[in-house]
Parts: sequence; structure tokens; C-alpha cells
Amino acid sequence: MRPSKLLRSSNFRLALIYMALFGASVLLLLGFIYWSTVSYMGRQTDAIIEAEIAGLAERYRLRGLVGLTNLIAERLSRKPAGSSIYLLADRGFRPLVGNLDRWPAVPETPDGWVIFRLEEEAVDNGQVRRARARTFQLRGGFNLLVGRDMQELEAIQQLIVRTLIWGLAIMTILALAGGSMMTRSMMRRIETISATSREIMTGDLSRRIPTKGTGDDFDRLTGNLNSMLDRIETLMENVRRVSDNIAHDLRTPLARLRNRLELLRMQKAGSEQLRETVEQAVSEADGLLSTFNALLRIARIESGSGRAGFTDVNLASMMRDVVDLYEPLAEEKRQHLRMRLTGDLRACGDRDLLFQAIANVIDNAIKYTPTGGTIEVSTDTNSNGGRITVADSGPGIPVQAREKVFERFFRLDASRTTPGSGLGLSLVAAVAKLHDIKVLLKDNRPGLRVILVFTTTASSELSGSWRHKK
Amino acid sequence: MRILVIEDDADTAAYIRKGLKEQGHVVDHAQDGKEGLFMALEQSYDVTIVDRMLPGLDGLSIIQTLRTSGNNTPVLILSALGEVDDRVQGLRAGGDDYLVKPFAFSELLARLEALVRRADTEAAETSLRVDDLQLDLLTRVVKRAGQVIELQPREFRLLEYLMRHAGQVVTRTMLLENVWDYHFDPQTNVIDVHVSRLRRKIDKEFGQPLLHTIRGAGYTLRASE
Repeated sequence: MRPSKLLRSSNFRLALIYMALFGASVLLLLGFIYWSTVSYMGRQTDAIIEAEIAGLAERYRLRGLVGLTNLIAERLSRKPAGSSIYLLADRGFRPLVGNLDRWPAVPETPDGWVIFRLEEEAVDNGQVRRARARTFQLRGGFNLLVGRDMQELEAIQQLIVRTLIWGLAIMTILALAGGSMMTRSMMRRIETISATSREIMTGDLSRRIPTKGTGDDFDRLTGNLNSMLDRIETLMENVRRVSDNIAHDLRTPLARLRNRLELLRMQKAGSEQLRETVEQAVSEADGLLSTFNALLRIARIESGSGRAGFTDVNLASMMRDVVDLYEPLAEEKRQHLRMRLTGDLRACGDRDLLFQAIANVIDNAIKYTPTGGTIEVSTDTNSNGGRITVADSGPGIPVQAREKVFERFFRLDASRTTPGSGLGLSLVAAVAKLHDIKVLLKDNRPGLRVILVFTTTASSELSGSWRHKK
Repeated sequence: MRILVIEDDADTAAYIRKGLKEQGHVVDHAQDGKEGLFMALEQSYDVTIVDRMLPGLDGLSIIQTLRTSGNNTPVLILSALGEVDDRVQGLRAGGDDYLVKPFAFSELLARLEALVRRADTEAAETSLRVDDLQLDLLTRVVKRAGQVIELQPREFRLLEYLMRHAGQVVTRTMLLENVWDYHFDPQTNVIDVHVSRLRRKIDKEFGQPLLHTIRGAGYTLRASE
């Protein structure tokens, strides 16, 4: 499976959207945890500092400076030392007692809070350690500072951030892997369905989509599609039978009628006028019969069953034969029928059907091009096939009618008076579809340009030339 | 001609018999495959018409049995199918010609006569002659009343086919299949144009026309009566 195909799959896009949504909510949740933890811890620290300050101030009030220094000394000597910072300084901020060298030279907030660097341990794992402290002026001009080393708090903060980033990264990777795995397995099943439907569209209606037998929703969908195909196959079969029956059932009595008329004509008796009338009746019947035959023929070709008889066909020499056959007809209308063959154009197909299709196109060109006009027939080849072009200087086909001319019995208003069944191009379309040939109708300014595009050359598959034998 | 018809459809059989009898031929009819095979082996016929789908024994098996027993009577296969594949299969089994139902009686008659004639004139000929029209197969020179007529290669093949079947009716389909070698259904009667071109060359300058149009059937090349 190609990555671009994976990216274009709706399933994978769904997985991506899901992942983004999930990621955003996890991010939000972790963010909230981070925020609430950090602010709670900050508040907690501040409350402890406040309490200590209050305690120390109370001590000072009761026991004086000695009591306070004793208490600070006692707290500092506690093991483990913890992250507490104490400093008692005199009026000129000269330290008296405490575990800080000097009073921090940072401006304090109006309510007495300061954040400063711990200089003695400035370099610790390349990190600057900071402390948060509360200053308090005691009566008698002494300054008291109580604080906490914030390393621990910051470490916790960093831990949370790291966890958050790692969590997100792992989640993204897992979601991508899981999403693509799920998408691949889904795509495989969808690919089975679309491969089967492609085969069905090329004419193999008997194909069915395989089920896994797990009874999951895909199996149910497959089951439904298969029963729909069964139904379509039955309907198609019915339609084919009905149309075949109609054509066959009408063809046989019509043929009998024609033959009775023929037997009548063979009898020597009868006036010249009677013979004339019988003659006309026979040719009318012939016209009807050939229409029925053409209809049945199109139906057979469209059913796609004729591929078994495909052989390598030399289209260039076939073109020569068609032009050779139709050249006198063009000459009769004083038209210039020109042929230009370049390259060795070959195709895998049914020789007689391809001849019929090309003949129909040229026949049309001669029929609709006015006397003295020009018809140019050409072939050219390229790396992946080739083209047959039949360009005439006739009235052309209006753009809006170009799709319709391939329908059965469709005729342009302008051509209602010209003889023909309206099945010629339908047959061309049916033959083209059977052979995977694209039929393009282009403006020749003036006139029509019919291009048959062959996309695969059979020369590589079938070697040697094949001659049709009698 | 003595003709054997192996056909199970009573209507078709009756119609073929009636038409052929009117043309002065002797017709035997078999209703099913086995009976038909017995008749074909026991008696000698000029040509056999076999339907492809038969009760008892199908048409292709009959032909194969006849051929393996050394019977080379020309066989025309009748079939309601008419796909190219079927035609190829039928001819491969040993049939000599193939006609799809429903068919025109004139087509059947023309093909039967062509088959019998082909069996008669198996010997290699070097020149063909109809009245004062002469065609040399080796030098590829065509002369009428001693005068050389220039023909295009395709016109030569057309004339050759007509001369090989001189006196018989040749249908347009037969010409398409044998001179152009394609089985297809032309929308316009292109063959007529080719024939009238040929006619201009071989008949126009000369008093008696040799190439005649048989209305509703095809053409025939024959000496003037």
C-alpha cells in the first residue's frame, strides 16, 4: 500500500482527527494537573513561610533577640537541614545569624516577598537555584528573612512538564501506528470490495466479494452487496433473455415471411408488377432483419462474452483493407479519401468486430460528407498504444449530441432522411468497450474527427501474425 | 443435386425442402442426428446441410464422424448462434461453410452451389474462361475478345471469384467473406460499387454483358444466352 494512498484514505484521516482530539484533551488535562499542583505547592510553601515568620516574630516579642537567635540556630542545626532559609540582619542589613551570607540585593514586593538567587550554590548541575522568601522588620530595626529553596518545587514542575511531553509523544506515536494499522486492515477489506466491483464492471458479473466469516459489519455489508449482485445478475440475465427472445422470436417469423416471398418470386408465373412488389417486400424484410441482427449483435458484444476469441490484429493492414473496400464508394461521391499510416499499430481483439467498427466509422464519414469533400484516415502509435483517426469535412456533430450518438436508434435531426438504422455508432461503442478502446468525437472545423484510442498493444503478448482462415 | 438435410426444426426443414425441390434438386430429410448420420454414411449425396443443435447427436459430431470415416461430401452448417467463435469451431470440425439462421433462401442456394462446384473443380487451373472473357491465373492478365483489360489487384480477385463460380449466383456476403476475407455487415452496399466498377471495365466496351445482377440475391457471371 502506498503512503499517499494511506494518507488519502478517509479512515486514516478519521484516525488522525481522533488522535488530534484525544491529544488535545490529554494536553488540557495534564495542563490542569500541572497548574493546580504547582499553584497548590506554591501556596503551601507561602503558608509555611508565613507561619514561621509569625512564630519567629512571636518569639522575638516574648524572648527578645537572644530567644530569636537561639531558635533560628536550633532550627538550622536540625537534621536534615531541609530547604529552609533563615537570616537575621541588623538595621544596616548586615547578617547576624542564618544560613545566608548576606541580605539579598533584590527589591521586594510591597507585601515583603523576594525571589533571589542562592549564590553559594549558584552552580549545581548547571542550574541556577532560586529561593523565595518573606522579609519582616522586627521592632528595634532588625530584619528577618525566612524562605525556601525552590529547587524542589521547580524539579517537580519540570518533572510534570517532562511527563507531559513524553506522554504526548508516546501517545502520538501509538496513535499513528495504531491508526495506520487499523486503516490498513480496513483498506485491505475495502480494496477487496473495490477490486471485485472493478472486475464486475468489466463484465464478469459472476464475481462475488469474499467474506471473513466473522459476522462483523464488513461481513454484513459484503453480504448485502453480494445479494444485490445476485439480484442484478438475475435481472440482467432476464433482460438479456427477454431481448434475445424478442429479437429471436421476431427474427424467425420475419425470416419465414421473407423466404415465402422469395419462393413466390422464384415462381415463373405472375405479372411484372407483382414481381416488382414482391421484390420490394423482400428488401423491406431484409432491412428489418438486418436491424434485428445488429441489435442482437450489439447485445452479444455488450455481454462481454466474445473476449475468448481475441487474437493479435494488425490494425495498419486492416485499415488498408477498409479503405480499399470503401474507396470506390467515396470516389462515387467524388470525395477525396486519403490514408496516412505511421507505425505498426497492433491490438489484441476480434478481427471481424474491429473491422466492422472501423468500417462503420468510415461508412458514416462517407455518408455524411457532401460530394467533393475530404476524408482523412490515419493511424499513429506511441509508447502505450496508438490511435486511429477518421476526419471528415461533413457537417459534424453538435457538442450536446456527442454522447447521444452512441445510443441505440439515436439519429440527428439533420440525418433523418439519410438511410441507416441508427445502430452504426452503437455497434462501434459496443466493440470499443469490449476492446477497451476510447472513442473520442472532436470538431474537425469543419467536420467530425473520430478518434479511436488504443491503450494496450497486444504485440508483446501474442507473437507472430495470425491469419484468418476460411 | 442430391441433397441431405439434417434438421430437427420441422418448419425450417419443410421450407428448405420446398425451395430446393422447386429448383429441381432431390432432397432427403433426417429429423435427428443419428438418423442423419446413418443416411449420410449409407448413401451418396452431393452436399449435406447440417443443423448444429440436434437431438441425439449434434451437428459437429456428425461432421467429425463423417470426416474420420473418409466421407468428404461438402457440408454446410446451419446455426442459430452466429458468433465468430462458433463459425471457427464449425469450420474446424470439418464443415465447409457456415450459415446463420435465419437466412435467405437465395443465400443458402448460392452457397450450396458454390460448395458443390468447389468439390468438382479441385484440380489446379491456370486460366479461367467465360465466353470471350479470359483470366490467366499465372500471368494475371485479363483479356476480353483478345483485348487486355487493366484491373486493380482487388478487382482481379473479385473477377477470379466470379469466374470460378460462373453460372452460379454469388451473394454479397459470399463476396465479402471470400474476396475481402471479413465477416461483417456493411451498412451500405459497398460491394455493389465494386461490382459496378468491375462491370464498367469488363462489359462496357463490349456488346454482350457477362456480369448480371440477380435482384434480391446477388450477382452472376455467365455467357450470354
